Amino acid sequence: MSEHIVSVRSYVLVFLALLCLTALTVGVAFVDLGSMNTVIALVIAATKMLLVMLIFMHVKYSSRLTKLAILAAFFWLGLLLTFTLSDYFTRRWTPSPSDWGPSISQPAPVNK
Amino acid sequence: MSEVTSQHPHNLQHHFADMEQQNDSGIFGMWVFLVTEIMFFGAIFAAYAIYRSMYLPAFEFGSRLLDVKLGTVNTAVLIGSSLTMVLAVHAAQTGKRKALVFFLLLTMALGAVFLGIKSYEYYTKWEHSLVPGLRFAPTEALPSGVTVPNLEMFFCFYFFMTALHALHMIIGFGIMTVLVIMSWRGRFSPEYYAPIEVSGLYWHFVDIIWIFLFPLLYLIGGRYTT
Repeated sequence: MSEHIVSVRSYVLVFLALLCLTALTVGVAFVDLGSMNTVIALVIAATKMLLVMLIFMHVKYSSRLTKLAILAAFFWLGLLLTFTLSDYFTRRWTPSPSDWGPSISQPAPVNK
Repeated sequence: MSEVTSQHPHNLQHHFADMEQQNDSGIFGMWVFLVTEIMFFGAIFAAYAIYRSMYLPAFEFGSRLLDVKLGTVNTAVLIGSSLTMVLAVHAAQTGKRKALVFFLLLTMALGAVFLGIKSYEYYTKWEHSLVPGLRFAPTEALPSGVTVPNLEMFFCFYFFMTALHALHMIIGFGIMTVLVIMSWRGRFSPEYYAPIEVSGLYWHFVDIIWIFLFPLLYLIGGRYTT
C-alpha cells in the first residue's frame, strides 16, 4: 500500500488549529466589518476545509489521479457558481428596452 | 500452484494486480463519489447565494434568530468526531484492534451529540413557530410590531440544508455500525483497512459541509448589531 502514516501529533495539531479557526470566525462575526464579514467567514471556512482535506483526508499523500479528481470537482463547482451567479447578479445592470414589454404581454391578434 | 496461492493476500480481489492498486482504486472511487456530492451540495449553496442576495434583510434577520452558542458547540463536536475518525484510521494502520473499535465508537458518540444538539435546536424553532409550512407564525421571535417579509425563505434553507447534512450523518452511523462489527471481529489489519479509510473520507466530507453551513447560516447575518 502506498499509504503514509500521519503521526497522532499532526492530527491533534490540525484539530487544535480547526478549533482556533472556529473561535476566530465566531469572534469576527461580532465585529462590524461591513461586507468583509462574509469574505472573512468564507476564507476561514476554506482554510478549515483545506486542513481537513490535506491532513485528515490524506490528500497531501494521495495519488495524482485522486488529486486530479478533486481539482476537477472544484473546477466544475466553479463553473456552476460562476455561471449561475453571473446571470442572477447582473440581470438588473441593463434595463430592458421599453418597447419590449407591451409587445410581449399583448396577445397576438387572431386572424379568422 | 500452492506457492502462488500462499503469496496471494487474503483480502486481494482477483481483478487487482496487488494490494496497492486495490487500495488506490478504492480511494479514487470514493473521491469520485464525493465529487458528485460536492456538485449536489454546490447547487444548494448556489441557490442559497441567489436567495440571500434577493432577500438579504430576511436572511440576516433569520440568521440572528439561530442560537450561535449551540452552533459553535456543534462545530467543535463535529471537528472532534473528525479527529477520532482519523485516530481510528491510525489505529487500523498500526494494527490496534481495540483502539480502532474504541475510536469508531467515540466517533459515533460525538456524532450522536451533534444530532442531539441539532434536534434540540429544531425543537426550539418549533416552539417559536419558525418551521415553514408546518408552524410558521414568527410573532414570538420578533419584537412587537416588526414584520420581516420572506423570513420563511431563510428558514426553508436552514431546515433543508441542515436536514440534508443530518441525513448524511445518519447514513454515516449505519456505515460506522458495520465497521465496528467488522473491526471487533478482527477483519482489518495494517495490510487491509480500506473500508475504514474510505468511510473516513465520507465522514470528513460531511464535516466539511458543516464547516461551510455554520458561517453561512449562523454567522454572516450581522451578529454585531444585537
